[in-house]
Amino acid sequence: MSRTIHFDLVSPEKKLVSEDVHMAIIPGDAGVFGVMAGHSSLVASLSIGLIKLYKTEKDKPRGIFIMGGFADVTGTKCSVLAEEAIPVEEMNAETLAQDLKNLNEDLGLAKDGAEKAQIQDKIRVVQAKLSAVSAV
Amino acid sequence: MPSLRDYRDRIKSVKSTRKITSAMKMVAASKLRRAQEQAEASQPYAVSMSEMLARLAKNVILTAASPKLLAGTGSDQRHLLILVTADRGLCGGFNAYAVKELKQKIASLRAQGKDVSIVCVGRKGRDIIRREYGSLILETFRDVFGKNKVDFAVAHQISEFVLSRFEAGEFDICSVVYNQFKSVLIQTPVTQQLIPFRPHEEELSSSRAGKKDEADQSSAAVVSSPYSFEPGEEEILSKLLPRNFSVQIYRAMLDSSAGEQAARMTAMDNATRNAGEMIKDLTLQYNRARQAYITKELIEIISGAEAV
Repeated sequence: MSRTIHFDLVSPEKKLVSEDVHMAIIPGDAGVFGVMAGHSSLVASLSIGLIKLYKTEKDKPRGIFIMGGFADVTGTKCSVLAEEAIPVEEMNAETLAQDLKNLNEDLGLAKDGAEKAQIQDKIRVVQAKLSAVSAV
Repeated sequence: MPSLRDYRDRIKSVKSTRKITSAMKMVAASKLRRAQEQAEASQPYAVSMSEMLARLAKNVILTAASPKLLAGTGSDQRHLLILVTADRGLCGGFNAYAVKELKQKIASLRAQGKDVSIVCVGRKGRDIIRREYGSLILETFRDVFGKNKVDFAVAHQISEFVLSRFEAGEFDICSVVYNQFKSVLIQTPVTQQLIPFRPHEEELSSSRAGKKDEADQSSAAVVSSPYSFEPGEEEILSKLLPRNFSVQIYRAMLDSSAGEQAARMTAMDNATRNAGEMIKDLTLQYNRARQAYITKELIEIISGAEAV
């Protein structure tokens, strides 16, 4: 079984990933889904989460963290549009944990609701990153 | 008649001006290359996004509940124009052309009795129109063109501002006016409508009819392929359209920034050449004056000697 699908990950500023993969696991808004060659045509919006790329069936997946975006899937090609994407290798669990701690402290200090909501958003992002790091 | 020293001083000052303009030209050339690379790098995203939108737009039947960014507010009374210019001058007619396009647009809209407001991106555009249309300017984004690149975050910020105004119901139609980068020598000011979204609107240029046929064909191809949407079309559209708006603004900014550097390069090239010519003229005059001075002295000596 060597059929592959072409996977593109693009941000507005540049093309981040362009390679053939065996399978890509993508965090859709309506649930995580996997894409392999011959997938039916699909347009999906994505939530904050982790994309996993399986180069071959047995390989360890490569993780890329995205801050939401869109996926455009056809039988031979899968393009993901993401505004921000970070390879998991570049993230560090310790610094993230530290960030989370700092943000929690900030939350305690926040004065009005708007500021609190902002910090809570940030906390959600960091938590998602943390779970992404531990997932790989 | 100016003295020899006046000539020398003038030649010196023109020479240093030439040095500056030729340095600016080289800086603009390298920035232009970078801007073009950036514009190219942003292509895949923009292309995929517009493909996706075209597909979606064909699948969605417009109803009153459709996203306003696609369907419009049902009126076309209030227009918002986004003027994209450079932050700096010394780039020939670059800023003036965009402003001229804007003024024409305003005049034609006003002639139809529409209301107009303006958002300025880039400092120079605002400086030019402030006197005439100062009261129409809602907001100015300054220093948006970073040192080396246009940041998407800035485009996003601008689009958030505009979209929040749209949601507040302050305008019905939004267009962006910017200099489209055609080539190093040609930048054409264009007006592109962004809200409500119109697929294939970017091919505003020349052969309109021909392009339209192409668009029809590709849309026919789009409809024939069965696509599924997750979650529903409407949800995706309502997320995709604001994103697309940012991307379009970003694209206009990239085009404008590449155009700015190209215009500056051309302008500085001309300036350098003019300075060279001026130096040549001045040197000629200087030599002539010096010769006249020497001749005069000789005549004085000779006539002095003859008188003895």
